[in-house]
Amino acid sequence: MKAIRVFVRSFKEAFKSVFRNFSLSAASVACTTITLILVSIAILVSYNIKNVTEKLENELTIVVYLEREATKDQAENLKKTIENIPNVEKVTYKSKDEWKFEMQNYSSTLNSTLSYLKENPLLDSYAVKVKDAKYLRKTADTIKEQEIVRSAEYGEGTVDKLVSVFDLIKRVTVVIVIALVLVTAFLINNTIKIAIFSRRSEIEIMRFVGSSNYAIKLPFVFEGLFLGIIGSIIPIIVTIYGYLIAYSKLNGHIFSRMIELVKPFSFVLYVSLILVTIGAVVGFFSSYRAVRKYLKV
Amino acid sequence: MKFISLKNCYKVYPNGVTALADINLEIQKGEFVFIIGPTGCGKSTLMKLLYREEKPTKGNVIVGGINVEKLRNRKVYKLRRKLGIIFQNFRLLPKQTVYENVAFPLSSNGIKDTEIRPKVLKALELVGLKDKIKSFPDQLSGGEQQRVCIARAIVNEPKLLLCDEPTGNLDPDVSKEIMGVIDSINKKLGTTIVMVTHDDQIVNRMKKRVITMDNGVVTSDVMKGKYKKHESN
Ligand SMILES: Nc1ncnc2c1ncn2[C@@H]1O[C@H](COP(=O)(O)OP(=O)(O)OP(=O)(O)O)[C@@H](O)[C@H]1O
Ligand SMILES: [Mg+2]
Repeated sequence: MKAIRVFVRSFKEAFKSVFRNFSLSAASVACTTITLILVSIAILVSYNIKNVTEKLENELTIVVYLEREATKDQAENLKKTIENIPNVEKVTYKSKDEWKFEMQNYSSTLNSTLSYLKENPLLDSYAVKVKDAKYLRKTADTIKEQEIVRSAEYGEGTVDKLVSVFDLIKRVTVVIVIALVLVTAFLINNTIKIAIFSRRSEIEIMRFVGSSNYAIKLPFVFEGLFLGIIGSIIPIIVTIYGYLIAYSKLNGHIFSRMIELVKPFSFVLYVSLILVTIGAVVGFFSSYRAVRKYLKV
Repeated sequence: MKFISLKNCYKVYPNGVTALADINLEIQKGEFVFIIGPTGCGKSTLMKLLYREEKPTKGNVIVGGINVEKLRNRKVYKLRRKLGIIFQNFRLLPKQTVYENVAFPLSSNGIKDTEIRPKVLKALELVGLKDKIKSFPDQLSGGEQQRVCIARAIVNEPKLLLCDEPTGNLDPDVSKEIMGVIDSINKKLGTTIVMVTHDDQIVNRMKKRVITMDNGVVTSDVMKGKYKKHESN
């Protein structure tokens, strides 16, 4: 019971202190806010990118067309060879008749054209699914070198570039976010240091009247925690409203139907939870550090 | 029954100053003891050993059954809760009322408000400040502020009250008042009192045990009533 009352008291003291050192608290909170907004953007963007690339990668297949004169044995051998390439996950055969059937269903013009021809002009093919999209080109090139392969194609260029641009964006945001988190930690650390300094006479009295270390230190740790949590309020609002508005303005996708955005709910709520957690953790640890360093009891 | 015991205590500060050399003392429960001596002779250092602000370089300090020199930093508060400390400068919280200042040792340690109130009122009554409960420290005279400090020091009902020149900042009449308060705490509550002072008048008038120090050693220890008169230096 006593411990709980000390806890509650520390909580109140910390809250008062946030407002007592208002300008400093404001600076820490502002920095936390900016950091967390960027963290939020980074999460929103990179999660969307991850979502898209995963989808793209899933749909990424190399279509291998066989020479017309290829025999059944040759085709079988080729399949085995392709399957033995390390990056290949799955090889599916699609005959020219299947292609023809599919195309005829696709549009009536194609249907009439194909029906008009006596011989099927299409080729037998393999659809090759890869494990890692990064090595798509290499894998395609290896396949091209095989005999009886007429061509091995994939959405060359665009997909490649998209994947590498996404990768770059991810890396840059990670670096910026880490730098900002460090700056925030430093600012909160500094705020707590000054709070400790401005209340040193109170701390001294507490020591003389027999307050436990827990009772002396806890208010300052809470103060850092509060600064972090207060700093996450605006980012959370920005995240929820910003993403909802962006999502509805863009009708849920960018560029084309290919790049679909992640649905807002419960995505924004998870992101908000991450933001408040980051704020609290950074606030807690930076004030804990300051207390350990500057509050010797 | 002895309450304080120092055996072969030395204190050498990191800068090489030997503040205490081979101190041996025993103080009984309920005793009232003055510690006097010229400036820099080690009086405050001796007090600091008693409330574990400093550790003896060598020797053994026992206060109220606690082996002080073995007490770890984290546990010092256990000793401090058993004693009250008063200094020359008052060290009150300026933004808190008299009541809040006196309640501070209890409220900061999570004691229930309903338990705090009677204790605070009792302490304030003892020092004669019951009518100033709602005042702030800067609205009080020096003597009144020191009385608030005394109330704060005894609100925990400690067995020992350590006073390091409590009247150092006060004029003679007010000092007399404060001494009256401390004496009544000793008599009414049976609190052991150890008091450092420079004020010969107080020592001569009160007729208590007097320990005289010089240059880090005890030069005389005169029991209650035997102390005649301090030759002014
Ligand atoms: N923290 C410290 N570090 C180093 N030396 C100290 C420290 N505190 C006190 N001293 C030295 O130890 C000696 C005793 O100091 P102390 O404060 O105990 O004297 P005192 O008897 O209380 O003097 P005064 O009557 O002036 O208060 C002095 O020489 C002083 O300079
Ligand atoms: Mg002194």
